Amino acid sequence: MDYTILIGGAAGQGIETVVLLLEKTIKRSGYNVFTYKNYMSMVRGGHNFMQVRFSDKAISTYSTKVDMIFAMTAETVAFHKNNLKDGGLIILDENFHNEENFMHYPFQKLAKEIGNEKVVPTIGFGVIGRYFGLDKDIAINTLKETFKDKILQLNLEALDKGFDLTETNKQLDKREDKNIIINGNQALAMGAIAAGVKYYCGYPMTPSTSVMSYISGKSKEMGIVVDQIEDEVGALNMALGASYAGTRAMTGSSGGGFALMVEALSLAGILEQPVVVVNAQRPGPATGLSTRTEQADLRFVIHAGHGEFPRMVITLRNPEDSFYQAARAFNIAEKYQIPVILMTEEYLTDYMTTTKPFDFSKITIERNIAEPEEGNTERYKRYKYTETGVSPRLLPGKTKDTVVLVDSHEHNEYGNIDESIETRNSMMRKRMKKLDGLKDELMEPDQLGVDNPEILLVGFGATHGALADAVQRLSSEGMSVGALVYGDIWPFPDKLINSLGKNADKIITVEQNMTGQLESLILEKTRLQIYDRILKYDGRAINGDEIIHRLNAILES
Amino acid sequence: MTCEYDLYDPSWCPGCGNYMIIKALKQALEELEIPSHMAVIVTGIGQAAKMPHYIAANGFNGLHGRALPPAIGIKLSNKDLTVIAESGDGDTYGEGGNHFIHTIRRNINIAHFVHDNQIYGLTKGQGSPTTAMGQVTTLQYDGVKVEPVKPLALSLTMGAGFVARGFSGDIPQLVELMKEAILYSGYAHLDIFQPCVVWNKVNTFQWYKDRVYKLPEDYDYTDFNAAYKKAMEFGDKIPTGILFKVEKETYEDRFEFIKNGPPLVDAELNPMDAEKLLNDFY
Repeated sequence: MDYTILIGGAAGQGIETVVLLLEKTIKRSGYNVFTYKNYMSMVRGGHNFMQVRFSDKAISTYSTKVDMIFAMTAETVAFHKNNLKDGGLIILDENFHNEENFMHYPFQKLAKEIGNEKVVPTIGFGVIGRYFGLDKDIAINTLKETFKDKILQLNLEALDKGFDLTETNKQLDKREDKNIIINGNQALAMGAIAAGVKYYCGYPMTPSTSVMSYISGKSKEMGIVVDQIEDEVGALNMALGASYAGTRAMTGSSGGGFALMVEALSLAGILEQPVVVVNAQRPGPATGLSTRTEQADLRFVIHAGHGEFPRMVITLRNPEDSFYQAARAFNIAEKYQIPVILMTEEYLTDYMTTTKPFDFSKITIERNIAEPEEGNTERYKRYKYTETGVSPRLLPGKTKDTVVLVDSHEHNEYGNIDESIETRNSMMRKRMKKLDGLKDELMEPDQLGVDNPEILLVGFGATHGALADAVQRLSSEGMSVGALVYGDIWPFPDKLINSLGKNADKIITVEQNMTGQLESLILEKTRLQIYDRILKYDGRAINGDEIIHRLNAILES
Repeated sequence: MTCEYDLYDPSWCPGCGNYMIIKALKQALEELEIPSHMAVIVTGIGQAAKMPHYIAANGFNGLHGRALPPAIGIKLSNKDLTVIAESGDGDTYGEGGNHFIHTIRRNINIAHFVHDNQIYGLTKGQGSPTTAMGQVTTLQYDGVKVEPVKPLALSLTMGAGFVARGFSGDIPQLVELMKEAILYSGYAHLDIFQPCVVWNKVNTFQWYKDRVYKLPEDYDYTDFNAAYKKAMEFGDKIPTGILFKVEKETYEDRFEFIKNGPPLVDAELNPMDAEKLLNDFY
C-alpha cells in the first residue's frame, strides 16, 4: 500500500494542523510517512499545499499522483485535480462546488455548531482518518498532545463529527511503530547539540531559522547560548570569538545571509579557528524564491571568501544524514582548525519523514585541544609549524603565564604581524597542508543500485531520496542503473566516481540548478565525460517520478 | 620598570596618541592585578587595532569593524576572562556601527576603549565618522559633507550604563577611567581623544589640550539628562571623565546557566546527554 493525501488552502487556514495530526497518527499506527511541504512566502492568503504520503514500505520522496485532496479553497481543486489518481477523491466544503466525484461535507457549518471556525482542519482530519480506517484512540491521543483545555474539547468534538461524516474505505491495520518523525533542520540541530554545541548565533532567514529556533528551545535545558545578533556579518565573527574562547560554536543562514558571512569565513581561514556554518539553500539570486528549494550555492560556497584557505563543505542528504554529519562537522572543524560548512536546502529543511531513531552512542567528541606543557617558559606559538599544518591549540585563560594570540593579518608562529616572504610562504603552505589530512577523512558518495551500472546518475544533497526511489524502481524494471549521491563534496572525493564512471556507459548528473555546478566540478576534478544532465531550477523539489520521466526522455532521444 | 604586559616596541608614528593609551592600558591592568593570561584584547583593523601585537595579553585581532561580536562570543564562552574591545573611531563608529549599537543593547560585561583621533590613520587621512563637517582631508578635498557621529550621546541614548571620555594627554586620568571601565559590571564605553600627528592637522594635541576639562567633583554621573548635556558639549570646551554610570543587569547574567554555572567553556560534553531530545519525535 502507498497512499498520498494532498491538503491545500490559503496560508493561515490550518493546513499545518491537519498535516501534523495526520503525520503523527499514521506514524503511530506503524507506517512510514513522508510529508512534502510547499509554501508561498506569505503569512496569510496565497496557495499553500502539503502532501502526506504513507506506506508500509520505505519511502524517500514525494509522489506526483495523489489519492485524496482535502481542499480548503476552490483554488486547491483547480491547481491539483489533474494530479488525482483514477478513483481518487476530493473532499471539500459543501459551499464550494457541486460537481460529481467530489465529496462534499458541511465543514464550516459543523464548525459553527461546535462554536469555533478554527476546528475545520480537525473535522477534515476526522473524515480522512475514518476513510483510511485509522485507529481513533491514536487520533485522540495525538489531539491531546496538540491542544489543551477548552481548545482540546472543541477539537475532540470536531474529530467525532469528522469521523461520523463518512465510512471506512481502506483499513490501515495497526503495526509496530519504532520510528521517529523529523525534518532535516531538527535533525541537524539535534546532531549539533549531541556534539556539544554551546554557542549558536545567527540572524533569522528562511529556511535556516528552524535550526536556531530548535536549539533555542533547548537552550536552558542543555546550557546553550543562542544569540540573535544584529546581522550575519556579526554572527560568524561572534561564533569565531566563542570558538577562540573554547566553546563549540555554530552559525547558520541562507544564501543571502551566508553571503554576508563570507568576509568572516576568510577570517576563520587565517585565524585557523574551528567553526561550523550552515547554509540552508533557497533559490536566488538575491531574495529569489524565499520559501522554495534549490542547489545553486555549491560553487559559491566551495569558493566563498577572499584569499585561499582550507575548508570542508558537506551537503546533507536526508534527516538521518543531517544528524550524523552535523555532529561529525564539529570534530573535523576542531581537528583541522578550519571552517566546516553544512549545506542543506529548503526541501530537506522542511520535509518530515519517519526514520529510525538516531544512535547517540555513535557520536564521538574529539576536541583536539592541546595540553599545556608544564614549566614551559617559551612564548606560546599559536601557529607553530608542524608536519600536518595543524598547530597545538590552547585556549585563552586556561594556562598560567600563557597567552593566545590570533590574528587576521599574515602572521608568524606567535600570531604577530609578519610580512616577510619567508613567513608568508611558510604560513600559506602550513595552512594548505591541512588539506592532505582532510582528504583522508573524506567519505565517498553514497552508492545506490547495482555495483557496475551502465547508467550512472550523479547528484548531491537532498536529491538523495528521489534518486534512491528512481534507481530502485528502474532497477526493478530491469534497467542497469545506479547512482552516486555526494555528501562530502569539498574537498572533492574522486575515488568512487572514477572507478564507477570509467565502466558506466552514460553518466547523467541530476541537480537542482541551471548551470550544472556539480557537473562542472566533476569535469574539473576527473577526466570523465558527462553524457547528459537533468537540471531543475523552478524552486520545486525534484522527485523520483520526475527523474524517471526525464531519464527516459534522455535515453529515448 | 618592567611590566608583565610588555612585549614589543610598537611601530606607531612618533608622537602618536596610541603610545600614551597603551601605557595607560598596561598600567591599568597591572594596578588591577589582572594576570596577563586572564585578559583578552579584541580589536578590528586600524592603527589602534594593532594593540594585541604590542601587549602581552591574549589577543584576537580580527576584521575591520568587527571587534565587538567576537568580544561578546569570548565573554559569554568564558565569563572569567577580562575582555577589552579596543579599536579606532572608523572601526567602531563607521564599519562597526551596527555592532556598536546592538552591543550596547546587550550590556555584556566588557570594556570598550575607542581611540578617537577623528581621522583615518592607517589608510592615510580620509574623513572618519567623527571628523568635523567641512574639514578638508586627503579624500574630502572640499571638506567633509556629513555631520560627525556623537559617540557618547549615541551610547547614552542606546542605554549604555557606563559612558566616559578620556584624553591621551592625561595618563593619570586615563588610567583611572580604564580601571573604572574594566571594573564596571556591564558594557563600558570609553571614548579616548588622541591626536593623529600625521593625518589630522586640525585636532592636534594642542587642540584637545585647549578644550578638554575634567567634570567637577560634584558632578552627578547618575543623572541621565546631565550626562546627555555633557555628551553633546563639543565646542570650545569638551568634558572628560565619567559622564554616566548606573548599575544594570549584565547580558551574561540573563542566561541562568552562565550566571549560576561554571564558564561555558568548562561544560562537560557528552552526546548521551542529548539522547532524551529524541522523545519529542516519537
